[in-house]
Amino acid sequence: MEVEERDPVSGHRTTGHEWNGIKELDTPVPRGVLIFLVITHVFAVTWWFLMPTWPLGTTYTKGLLDVDQRAIVEQQLVDAAAERAPWIDRIERASFEEILPNEMLMSIVQSSGHQLFGDNCAACHGVDGRGSANYPDLTDDDWLWGGDVETVAETMRVGVNTEHPESRVAQMPSFGRDGLLNREQVNSVAAYVYSLSNPDYSTSENIDEIEAGREVFLTSCAACHGANARGNQDVGAPNLTDAYWIYGGDLQTIVTTVHGGRHGHMPTWDERLTNAEIKILALYVHSLRVEKP
Amino acid sequence: MVSTLTTNERLFALIISALVSICGLALAAVGRQDLLAAQGFIIMVFGLACVFAVAQGFYEPEPSKERLSSYYDDPIKVGIALAMAWAVFAMFIGVWIATLLAYPELTFDQGWASFGRLRPVHTTGVIFGFGGNALIATSFHVVQRTSRARMPDQLSPWFVLAGYNLFCLLAITGYLMGITQSKEYAEAEWYADIWLVIVWVTYFILYIRTIARRKEPHIYVANWYFMAFILVVAILHIVNNLAIPVSLGHAKSYTVWSGVQDAMVQWWYGHNAVAFFLTAGFLGMLYYYLPVRAQRPIFSYRLSILSFWGITFFYMWAGSHHLHYTALPQWVQTLGMTFSVMLLVPSWASAGNALLTLNGAWHRVRDDATLRFIMVAVVFYGLTTFEGSFLAIRPVNSLSHYTDWTVGHVHAGALGWVALIIFGSFYTLVPSLWKREHMYSALLVEVHFWLALVGTLVYVFAMWNSGIVQGLMWRTYTEEGTLAYSFVDSLVAMYPYYIARAFGGLLFLLGAIVGSYNIWMTIRATPLTSRREIDVPQSGAVVVPGE
Repeated sequence: MEVEERDPVSGHRTTGHEWNGIKELDTPVPRGVLIFLVITHVFAVTWWFLMPTWPLGTTYTKGLLDVDQRAIVEQQLVDAAAERAPWIDRIERASFEEILPNEMLMSIVQSSGHQLFGDNCAACHGVDGRGSANYPDLTDDDWLWGGDVETVAETMRVGVNTEHPESRVAQMPSFGRDGLLNREQVNSVAAYVYSLSNPDYSTSENIDEIEAGREVFLTSCAACHGANARGNQDVGAPNLTDAYWIYGGDLQTIVTTVHGGRHGHMPTWDERLTNAEIKILALYVHSLRVEKP
Repeated sequence: MVSTLTTNERLFALIISALVSICGLALAAVGRQDLLAAQGFIIMVFGLACVFAVAQGFYEPEPSKERLSSYYDDPIKVGIALAMAWAVFAMFIGVWIATLLAYPELTFDQGWASFGRLRPVHTTGVIFGFGGNALIATSFHVVQRTSRARMPDQLSPWFVLAGYNLFCLLAITGYLMGITQSKEYAEAEWYADIWLVIVWVTYFILYIRTIARRKEPHIYVANWYFMAFILVVAILHIVNNLAIPVSLGHAKSYTVWSGVQDAMVQWWYGHNAVAFFLTAGFLGMLYYYLPVRAQRPIFSYRLSILSFWGITFFYMWAGSHHLHYTALPQWVQTLGMTFSVMLLVPSWASAGNALLTLNGAWHRVRDDATLRFIMVAVVFYGLTTFEGSFLAIRPVNSLSHYTDWTVGHVHAGALGWVALIIFGSFYTLVPSLWKREHMYSALLVEVHFWLALVGTLVYVFAMWNSGIVQGLMWRTYTEEGTLAYSFVDSLVAMYPYYIARAFGGLLFLLGAIVGSYNIWMTIRATPLTSRREIDVPQSGAVVVPGE
């Protein structure tokens, strides 16, 4: 080993070690590295003095700035609530009739409702509120429990088929599976229901089946859906004569629905959202509908 | 393979393989009401395959004594092949799940193909399958060369390599079946974890024994890093995976840690897995293949010392920066943040040491894509460690945490640093190990380099943009003091970045396939070198026998 060996490129000495051809230079640590090292350590130590840092058994060094992340969060929540208080109070106190014509309040409803709807409702009803398979469209005129703002707010508060004591309750029985109707009756009543929204379906060929279906409908379905099949919002029974369908309006899906029944669910938002937030969402949903041409 | 084992070793190999298959059978029997049975079956088949492999060569003639005056390279060769196979597989899964984020229907309604199952397949496959096999293979190579000593026996390296891959196999098949202990980067369940402890301790002992046999007065830097990697990963793995199985017949277990302690142990593990698996291990690789390829001495021995002890000491404290603004007490967060800041200079000292080593060899960086792989890896290493310290600062973290910025940061490290240093090392190692003149195609190395670099840049830039957009959207308030965007709005904004990310990942995957082909053809279709380089433990001297 030649200790005085020098690297021709850098001019530095080697350490005199060699591993399978690899050598090392004995270059001193560059001054910049040491300066930078000192700076980061000074920063860290200063930070230790300012912030809660070192554990001391049951407590810890609190730091000169007396910062506590829990206190900060609590203060931030108080500040945020105070910032929103003026308009939140107004929305909580005012009736829907008073809010609807108020442009200032309605613009707040638009901006905060968008986020509330996106984070709480959009998973089922879609970002635009147009629903999806098995979840109702909120932008149309067809409502199970009523579409005025108060009723929509109440539906949000108690939910549908939930554990809330005041929950809206609705169930369409499984007529076929539970043997309330036989297969022929299920098919005929489905044909009748289908013909209500598809008048072209009533041809001379299947007029008899549709007639038979009408008889079944009057005895088995009219109690909820009404003799005219236009539904009943008191019991959450949908209108069967229009073009709006939650589970699908084709003949096969109607047969499936009559056979197996339906038991929809919407969560209660009573404890998850504040009263003001529910009001904002009801108004926001309302605005989705009126904006439609 | 078997022909290089002594008769005694063949016997031991046979016994160990048989024991493994019996353990597998036992697990399959007691776990027959559970998914554990399927895992036991895999263990049994693996064990039986080993039994057959050993039995086939059992009566081959004993290896000659001459073998002891050469290095033992067979397990290294297999390790390289396994690493490349894992790379292609796990990167393919990565591209798949990246695409899944933009097109969620690509699960084809299969439970095993859901994001939650495929994601650990990707992370485990890349980190442990690709990275781990590469580390094992290169560490076997480096420790023998820099110690001028052959590994002490022929069986332990095979046990480590095969056992480690059995662990990876169990982990990944388990995830696909829905087995997980829900700890990030430590999802494998108790039976696989116990097995890994056995394998890993063998690895550590093998490494120490080889170093103990060295004929050099000093231990080379690369070995410091490899030893730190092996030792600390064992500690991390054992502590984080302490768990109690529901029963010996169930795959499910519950961790002994609870609440915020569990979170802290998990991120102490998670962060130091980055530190000692993905950093220390690969720095070991860097410290050998960089000076070899550049044909330059290491810039500064003193800088090596400073950065090694800085990294090993400071990293241990930094894990809590993963839990800023959580239930973790603030004083722990402060420690995590400040130690992350102090970690920056030792980390950069490594990168600087590597780049300054290239002084006098920059013309080689220009002409040689292999050296360029190593050089760019160092640049990404410097970039990522800076970013890591930066993201650990609490106010910065409040913007970046939970966003794609973190994903971008991780991939700048995983693609830019870890994968590129592996490729650079493999392109250096493969021709010398198989005694070829050169790689099959220098052009394909060049193609691989550009695919990998462009893929990494596209990926990382997409995630930086996406992460910052996400972070800003989540904290934007309206004049009235309510959030301006819903979470879904931020998802919609991510869409183009998700597509770009999948494209970047695809380029990187294509590069890995090109690299695998090139390595394959080097082994199969490149002539043997005519040079007679001396690559033996100690030229002309008597070697201490291994047994």
